[in-house]
Amino acid sequence: MTRLPITKTPKVYVGGVFIRSESARVFPLKDAEGNFFGNIPQCTRKDLRNAVEAAAKAGPGWAKRTAYNRAQILYRLGEMIEARAGELTEALLLGGGAKSAAAREVVASVDRLIYYAGWADKYEQVLGNVNPVAAPYFNFTVTEPMGIIGVIAPEAAPLLGLISLVAPAITSGNTVVALASTTQPYPAILLGEMLATSDLPGGVVNLLTGFRKEMIPTFATHTHLRALVGVVNADERKTLALGAADSVKRTQFFKAESPPDWFAGPAQSLEAIRATLEFKTTWHPIGA
Amino acid sequence: MSTLVAEKKKPVARGGRPAPELIFGDLWEFDPAPESADPKLKARYDLFIDGKFVAPKSGKYFDTINPANEQKLAEIALASAADVDAAYAAAQRAFDTTWGKMPGRERAKYLYRIARLLQDRAREFAVAETLDGGKPVKESRDFDVPMAAAHFFYHAGWADKLDYVAPGRRVAPLGVVGQVIPWNFPLLMCAWKLAPALAMGNCVVLKPAETTSITALKLAEIFQDAGLPPGVVNFVTGAGEVGAAVMNHPTPAKVAFTGSTEVGKLIMRSLAGSDKKMTMELGGKAANIVFDDAPLDQAVEGIVNGIFFNQGHVCCAGSRLLVQESVADQVIAKLKNRIRVLRVGDPMDKNTDVGAINSREQLDRIRQLVDVGVREGGEMFQSACRLPTKGFYFRPTIFSGVSMSHRIAREEIFGPVLSILTFRTVDEAIEKANNTAYGLSAGVWTDKGARILKLSTELKAGVVWANTYNKFDPTSPFGGYKESGFGREGGRQGLLDYVKLS
Repeated sequence: MTRLPITKTPKVYVGGVFIRSESARVFPLKDAEGNFFGNIPQCTRKDLRNAVEAAAKAGPGWAKRTAYNRAQILYRLGEMIEARAGELTEALLLGGGAKSAAAREVVASVDRLIYYAGWADKYEQVLGNVNPVAAPYFNFTVTEPMGIIGVIAPEAAPLLGLISLVAPAITSGNTVVALASTTQPYPAILLGEMLATSDLPGGVVNLLTGFRKEMIPTFATHTHLRALVGVVNADERKTLALGAADSVKRTQFFKAESPPDWFAGPAQSLEAIRATLEFKTTWHPIGA
Repeated sequence: MSTLVAEKKKPVARGGRPAPELIFGDLWEFDPAPESADPKLKARYDLFIDGKFVAPKSGKYFDTINPANEQKLAEIALASAADVDAAYAAAQRAFDTTWGKMPGRERAKYLYRIARLLQDRAREFAVAETLDGGKPVKESRDFDVPMAAAHFFYHAGWADKLDYVAPGRRVAPLGVVGQVIPWNFPLLMCAWKLAPALAMGNCVVLKPAETTSITALKLAEIFQDAGLPPGVVNFVTGAGEVGAAVMNHPTPAKVAFTGSTEVGKLIMRSLAGSDKKMTMELGGKAANIVFDDAPLDQAVEGIVNGIFFNQGHVCCAGSRLLVQESVADQVIAKLKNRIRVLRVGDPMDKNTDVGAINSREQLDRIRQLVDVGVREGGEMFQSACRLPTKGFYFRPTIFSGVSMSHRIAREEIFGPVLSILTFRTVDEAIEKANNTAYGLSAGVWTDKGARILKLSTELKAGVVWANTYNKFDPTSPFGGYKESGFGREGGRQGLLDYVKLS
């Protein structure tokens, strides 16, 4: 008699723990052949609120970590993914496609994290500066993380797209609440397990799964999300922008109709870090 | 010997009275010191489109008045949607044929010319600004006009240095941009908006505020004198509907707005779903925080400057004074004495500290919120100064005993009204300062450098002034956090909002 394998209950990673949706709802995920794979949490408005609360708690501590420390933690996350690359490749294959393409996405994701790990203690040196004001003040502009960032991951490239949006935000000390791909949520669920073992404090990255139609209006209007970044279609852009107006949220949208090539050079940039930063200018007096 | 020492110790007797304050009230009148330079106003101002002054297609004009005496100054063209179309067509044409193709070093020369020509006519512009907007002439003369010229001069030099704006990226102009500016710094906001946009190679359609259009249209005269190619800058004048037409027009790749948070949100909603880039410079309710180790006399000057500069019509005004409990009584007493000697009145008088409120509408809004402040139990103190009988004026006003829940501590009043709150610890000061939907600016008064840097790190505001307030410079980026808007104006960072990166 063959042994019946133990299957994993997919849970989302919120506030440093693995949870089911508060709503107790799930939706079935099938593999590329159409066989039942598992039940994915169908997160709701309440889950988003909890995730934002967790992110708010984690935010100040994460932003106060030294840049060197944040760099090492991002690097460590790269190590975790590299170590479980095979597993992630299998997770990507649930959505179909060639194994080589899936493997390529996984290594690109690792490389992306290493890229941003390198920026953590450097972007400030490039983006900030001293301003030569015409008065006796030491005037300098530095950057600060915006706070809690809402991320809407693309449906395609469910791992690399997600990481390409999340990594630049947390590099600078933001925290993130992200909605994973609806059609391919499992890589994000696995990513949660790697986040949990990467020394990243709980609550810095919170990953939700669920239906875009349900979740996007909630992302749009949650007041405590300071910025919204995502790959979204025309209707979703409108919904998010309308909600953003209520609390003057910053938005950065990539069109789902013509999504970025996540493997191309511009998919990783200093500008992506800047997108979730505020500039702060201080006038410090000079004199006795 | 001992008697001498004993004598020295004894203070000069004043019969138990405290040392007199030098407050003469109305005992002696100041001689009037009117500024008399000729503002060279025209009786009627047309739209400025495609390098020419043109009559509005509707043929309609509206009056602009001097808020200091309610007298008509000039007629201003009322733009219609057709005029806005024409302005955008001219801007697009200029971008496609001249400005967008011009080498940066040549664009720079036009901006340098504009700065120099504005300096040449500085006094004339200062007088025009004061007549149209009501601000004290000493402010328009010493701040608004020279700072506007400085913005053009600073940004001119960036025009041929786009490669240094965003390292690692190719930088290009956006194309045509639409801009709407407020009435509190009419000329200066024009410069803040135009200089970076033009330096980066964009062409502009700009709408000044309806109560303060004159200096923008005078600036258009300078553009003509400077030989700026037609269509690079176009001014359309009028009220909110014209602003909406400028913001909602399909042509601009980007729109920039400075004004109230309320209108900013309306614009964001109306542009939802479009691909337009936006920057918003919105309202504020800044905390000006005074610690017990601060040089108090200097702090009082800073508090006065923070809230009464430009009649408090300043988005970054220090409208919430947070003073440490141990020195609160002392600071409030000094502040009251200082307010008693503020000269309120004719903006054209060179001695005037606080001029006219910009419009009747704004005066009504200030009155309304001050009434709310009284009803909510704030303790009000107002300067006893005599106000002119004609024109829009409001006494410098402070409220003590205010708490965070009071409307005057939460809502932007945009007038000479200060709300005073107290705190005990550094953490409480930070918590109270950040407890607002806004985040434009903050002030910190303390003797400790380390505390300044701690506060500047913890305060959620785009600009932090330490032992000073309301300082501006073209090299220094300005802009807010949270509901005070997004994007920066000035400095290297301000340029990023006017370029396309690839």
